[in-house]
Amino acid sequence: MLNFSGEALSYGRTTVLSDVDFTLRPGERVVLLGRSGAGKSTLLNAAYARMAESFPDIALIPQEHGLVPQLSVFHNVYMGRLDAHGAAYNLANLVWPFRAERRAIAPVLETVGLDGFARATVETLSGGQKQRTALARAIHRGGRVLIGDEPVSAVDERHAAALIDELGRRFGTILLALHDVALARRIATRLVGIRAGRIFFDRPTADVSDGDIHDLYRA
Amino acid sequence: MTSTVPERRRRLGRVGTALVFVVLAAMLLPFADFRLGGHDPWAELQRMASGLLSPDFSSIEALGWAAVLTVTFAMCGVALGASAGFALAPFYRFVPVRNFCIAVRSIHELFWAILLMQITGLSATTGILAIAIPYAGIFAKVLAEYLDEGDPRPAAAMPPRADLISVHFFARLPLARREFRTYLLYRLECGLRSSAVLGFVGLPTLGFSLDTFFKQGMYGAVAAVLIIYYVLIGTMRLWMRRPLVPVYLTAAILVMAAMPNPPMAPGALARFLTHDILPAPLRSGDPGDPGTWAHFGDWLWTLLAGQALPGLAATLIVAQLALVLAGLVALLGFPLTVPPVAGRLGAALGHVALVIARSTPEYMLAYIALQIFGPSMLPAVLALGLHNGAIIAHLLGRQSAHLHQNLRPDASRGIVLYAYELLPRIYGSFLALCLYRWEIIVRESAIIGLLGIPTLGFYVDRAIQEIRIDRAVVLLIVTMLATVAIDWLSRKTRAAIAPKDLRQGAAAA
Repeated sequence: MLNFSGEALSYGRTTVLSDVDFTLRPGERVVLLGRSGAGKSTLLNAAYARMAESFPDIALIPQEHGLVPQLSVFHNVYMGRLDAHGAAYNLANLVWPFRAERRAIAPVLETVGLDGFARATVETLSGGQKQRTALARAIHRGGRVLIGDEPVSAVDERHAAALIDELGRRFGTILLALHDVALARRIATRLVGIRAGRIFFDRPTADVSDGDIHDLYRA
Repeated sequence: MTSTVPERRRRLGRVGTALVFVVLAAMLLPFADFRLGGHDPWAELQRMASGLLSPDFSSIEALGWAAVLTVTFAMCGVALGASAGFALAPFYRFVPVRNFCIAVRSIHELFWAILLMQITGLSATTGILAIAIPYAGIFAKVLAEYLDEGDPRPAAAMPPRADLISVHFFARLPLARREFRTYLLYRLECGLRSSAVLGFVGLPTLGFSLDTFFKQGMYGAVAAVLIIYYVLIGTMRLWMRRPLVPVYLTAAILVMAAMPNPPMAPGALARFLTHDILPAPLRSGDPGDPGTWAHFGDWLWTLLAGQALPGLAATLIVAQLALVLAGLVALLGFPLTVPPVAGRLGAALGHVALVIARSTPEYMLAYIALQIFGPSMLPAVLALGLHNGAIIAHLLGRQSAHLHQNLRPDASRGIVLYAYELLPRIYGSFLALCLYRWEIIVRESAIIGLLGIPTLGFYVDRAIQEIRIDRAVVLLIVTMLATVAIDWLSRKTRAAIAPKDLRQGAAAA
């Protein structure tokens, strides 16, 4: 699905990751680990940009969510499927939400724990609720592949695990960045450690020892 | 990107930049025509003052209707201009669209009005389009800027194949909605000013009543017009409520539709486009004949050397002097609105003075000054300097409101506070605002020629009265180029004097 071999990836004009060899195959659930600023987001962004061309049914949960604060939760979730309809339908639904769309989105909101928040504008929500909105948008979008940058960082531990499991059920192929190692082990079939601008390890989850993790986060 | 001009300007510094303008104005002063009219201004002034102090509302019905029409023209014009600008904004980054917007907004509403009058006569269409056309260019630019400043991340998070229109309306427009709404209200206030001024070229708004009463020496009635106008502007934020907008707009359209249309010859538009605006030598001559083009060359040269050049020179003299005067008015007027400097009562009075000076259209101020001082550059410079200076002072006052609240508790008061604490802090914004108004002042200097001062507007007006539209168009193009050139120069200078961190921020964005 995705293949980087020996590539340099940059954030803006600065090269963050060099000599990247990375492959994502259908059905894999890969989690990127590493200290903040190691280049996880850079790898995710590059992966999204590359895959969006050949797999338009890709869902994305970006860092900082990319929500429109002035619009309602309903509209922000609806935007996950903005490509499913023509502009006229979308604009009409923006002005006057269709009942069919409301009904389609209600169960998704229930899944992420935003029951009854459909009409609330995103700017009035708490950080955790905003993140749940971004999750709902990705779930509503659906598709074969999900790319998520710390998708549950603002949600409490218990809910985070449930939401991650939900994502695992909904998407066949997953590429995430997480800072919670336990959560990463819970979902990933493969763990990729990034350290000092390079891929430090890239192994099936069972083959990554606590020592490897310790070395990855070592100062 | 570094060019030599900003490098030199940077060495010039902020005080140096201001000095360049002051010295330039001093050098232009001997060329400025500041003669007082042949009559004794003080006698006239006395009559005016006594009239203004006893407003005469006897023709309140006619004035009320003129006020309604002023609001109506403004609403229809602004609504149409905003809609067009709204549609153009997403495409503003394309050079042809941007140039089109620059061109239409560099021509003043009054010029549009006298040009459109050749096609649609003294009608509702003329008034609405005269406001809508330049405003469309302004709205497009401002909305495009708001959209660019908006957070790009929501749009980046949209599905890869979502269509551009949906992404624009869902992920870009909502981010600029609040700013745009505030700006729309501000523009409506400008629209009221523009609409009132359209009366001076014959449309039935408050400017027309003002002109009529002035010419008859009925200064009491003049005072009534001005009071109605100030009340209209001053209370706008009270009656302009969002839920009422559809009601107002419908009413405005109905009023406009009921306005009588003057009988225009059929095909006026076609005639205007294919005949009137064609240069006279090309109109009659054979385009294959080289003699025609020689004729055209002579025609153009005579026009440029005999009218455009002197008109441009006068425009720039008025503009440069008015710019320096505006700077002075701002520097003197702004502290008068700051309570720790002027005292509580002084600040209140200062506010009132600034509100009057900035909400009276510059054209109206010039008109009144002209009645007092007679036709020379003096009323033009005074009007433009006062009006623009008051606007700059108002904006500075708003900025420094935060400033003096955050001053240390033992800060001094009065003039010392102004000189040591406020002025150094706001000087950068002061200069940037002056440079920003520069282009506007040039455009206004050109238009003030309609009052008989020999700037570009004077020659445009004369050409139109002689029904030589072809000449008027050439002169308007010269006006447009001058405005665009000053705009460019102003942007360069502003970039050069901006603080270094700000400049880098702008480059990064």
